[in-house]
Amino acid sequence: MSQLIEFSVNGVHRRILAPPGRTLLNVLRENLDLTGAKLGCGEGQCGSCTVLVDGRPVRSCITPAASVAGRRVTTIEGLEQNGRLDLLQESFLKAGALQCGFCTSGMIMAAAALLRQTPNPDEAQIAKQMQGNICRCGTYPRIVEAVRLASSLRKGVSNA
Amino acid sequence: MPETRRGFFKTLGGGILVLLVEESVDAQETGARQRGSGGAMPQEISAWLHIGAEGRVTVYTGKTEVGQDIRTSLAQAVAEELHTPLGTIHLVMGDTDLTPYDMGTFGSRSTPFMAPQLRKAAAAAREILIGLAAERWGAERSTLAAAEGRIRRSGSDQTLAYAELAKGQKLTQTIPAETALTPAAQWKVSGVSIPKVNGRDFVTGRHKYVSDMKLPGMLHGKVVRAPAWNATLAEVDLKPAQALPGVTALHEGDFVGVAAATPEEAAEAARLVRAQWNTSPQPSSRGIFTYLKSKATEGRSEGGTRRGSMEAGMAAAAQKLKQTYMLQYIAHAPLEPRAALAEWKDGKLTVWTGTQRPFGVRSELSSALGVPEDRVRVIVPDTGSGYGGKHSGDAAVEAARLAKAAGRPVKLVWTREEEFLWAYFRPAGVIEVSSGISADGRLTAWEFHNYNSGGAGIQTLYDVPNQLIQYHPVQSPLRQGSYRALAAPANFFARETHMDELALAARLDPLEFRLRNLTDPRLRAVFEAAAARFGWNNRKKPAPHHGYGLAGGFEKGSYVANCVEVSVSPQSGAVAIRKVVVAFECGAVVNPDHLKNQVQGMIMMGIGGALFEAVEFENGRMLNPRFSRYRVPRFSDVPPIDVVLLDRKDLPSAGGGETPICALAPALGSAIFDATGIRLRSLPLAPRGVRAGA
Repeated sequence: MSQLIEFSVNGVHRRILAPPGRTLLNVLRENLDLTGAKLGCGEGQCGSCTVLVDGRPVRSCITPAASVAGRRVTTIEGLEQNGRLDLLQESFLKAGALQCGFCTSGMIMAAAALLRQTPNPDEAQIAKQMQGNICRCGTYPRIVEAVRLASSLRKGVSNA
Repeated sequence: MPETRRGFFKTLGGGILVLLVEESVDAQETGARQRGSGGAMPQEISAWLHIGAEGRVTVYTGKTEVGQDIRTSLAQAVAEELHTPLGTIHLVMGDTDLTPYDMGTFGSRSTPFMAPQLRKAAAAAREILIGLAAERWGAERSTLAAAEGRIRRSGSDQTLAYAELAKGQKLTQTIPAETALTPAAQWKVSGVSIPKVNGRDFVTGRHKYVSDMKLPGMLHGKVVRAPAWNATLAEVDLKPAQALPGVTALHEGDFVGVAAATPEEAAEAARLVRAQWNTSPQPSSRGIFTYLKSKATEGRSEGGTRRGSMEAGMAAAAQKLKQTYMLQYIAHAPLEPRAALAEWKDGKLTVWTGTQRPFGVRSELSSALGVPEDRVRVIVPDTGSGYGGKHSGDAAVEAARLAKAAGRPVKLVWTREEEFLWAYFRPAGVIEVSSGISADGRLTAWEFHNYNSGGAGIQTLYDVPNQLIQYHPVQSPLRQGSYRALAAPANFFARETHMDELALAARLDPLEFRLRNLTDPRLRAVFEAAAARFGWNNRKKPAPHHGYGLAGGFEKGSYVANCVEVSVSPQSGAVAIRKVVVAFECGAVVNPDHLKNQVQGMIMMGIGGALFEAVEFENGRMLNPRFSRYRVPRFSDVPPIDVVLLDRKDLPSAGGGETPICALAPALGSAIFDATGIRLRSLPLAPRGVRAGA
């Protein structure tokens, strides 16, 4: 039996009919055509599917859709506001922190969660918090740089 | 070609079209001599470029973008010669109906071969535009120049935009291959760190990989897999799957698959298919080296080099050394697993798929589905990496079969486990090296036999008068294929580890021993650059369990050297990489930041194959086909990486996406030896740390 699930995605209230066993990732990708979150492994090991639920990072590929009923989900598509990139998105571009880009959405969402918790992380904190996100192209050093850059830009913005 | 030209303009709606005809030998690959029959493009064209009435420049190349950033570097090449802003240039890549034939995106060939071709097409377009402006103004060509998308007349304010000149034209020019190009020393757009041209699409999640695409009425496909490699189908019952509403189930030869409205229904239907398979006993990873050596076929050896006499070389040696080096199979594990979306329309098959060989996959589809190549179109959107692992069209063929059976478009996305199990691996190998050195530490003899892993990077650049170098192919028990730099990392590992062992025997510093046996100036230069940046000659262990290593070599037109520092925990044997310096030289650098990104990325990727990645298998089954069991490099593995790029503007650009991965493993092995006194000769070096007697 399909189930009716109500939740908020990127600030928009959604009512969707999810087939039995559907994951949050498949609700986003199949029901809502939000394909920024990727299926990289299906066992919560690579982080490509990372989205925020009430501000916390979750592996949407192993999160049952029903478990997000009534909660706030943020995906990579929700970061850009009125055509303006989020500081993290800009920092990834500035640091050239991608090659094929398949991990990028998950990396940015994991970093967004990290910066909420730890606004000024050092390299070790970034490495620890993002250990669950894989980049096979090996752009890790640049991702660390991008997160640090976003952190310092954000500080600049809040001090201004 | 008049019909074809009319065809071009029917699609393009006028403008200026430049077709590049390649007569050189290099064009054998990009220039269609080997192409299949029945394509839409004239046979001899290797690249083409169009300037439309709006001034938009569209460049067509059969190369594919898999994260190596050639979409950016090739656009830079065109902007350089056409003298037009980068933003006006759009690349159509890897579309078998629109782009000229191309053998594939591999072998570090895009930069040395495709970029010059596009430069020539762009330079020709620029000359045409100058000619049109000269006609329009009744001016001498020599008084006109192109800059920033306009033709300017010297000594006046008169300018004409490319758009104005292209408007109303239906002008085609076919140009020969010999066209003068801007020398690297005068580059203004190339040689500069331009950001990824479509980077915004990726940081917003907007880019559609094949796995993100949808078509109206599309079904999701799923293949019913055998329980082991090399199994054959004995019996199959599709009925339980077919009983589900809206499910198509297909059995053709050993192929069994289903298609359904949702991914979940497709998975359920595949689970319901009752299939019985015949399996046969197969070798396991534990005995693989003995197996490969025993299966090496005499007389089928390739890549043979014979120089001088091994007997004489060994007789002249003051010291001799014989060692065997080994490496396990490893997986590419591209983060985007193989995916394809297939659609049949009026007898024509279109497949979107992530592959490095769109034209090769078109041929695969043509023969597998029994449809002529001119009725097959393969389109490759920018893809979630490849590393040499996406040369084949497996998912494309599977999706096409299911779409044909269902009469609807079918998307098929491999799971991570399928990607591990049913793609192909970097070959395992056994490499035997025998050598001799004189009393003053000069190589007198070098014998090198590679079993199974391959012939790439097998030659030595060290000065050895007596050489015997051979690659011995073996019927691999596992499906194997290309991987970044092919066998070069394996051959570098054996050669450079052996050199390190010889340096020790000769009581010489590893760097000094290499330089004593090396005249090649480019390889010397990278060794010296890496050593200088690292402070090799002043290195001093901060603690006894620290160690230093270096290694280098040449492959695919480029040169690399690494110096590394490791520490090995005396308690756990865990290896920590403290520092990596990599010096790399690939001629004139096209995009310094993107090249640096590639080099850093390859050091990171190389850590996996060097230290811990291995495919564990037994009797036709892979035992670790998941990221939870197949360890790949992660954030905690990132060492400080210092990249030294030697920009040689006097030399042609070579590719940069392969060679930098080659020298890391031997450098790490040498450093581990320096730290522990334990010489490791098998990759991965330390999947569970380094222990005495291990």
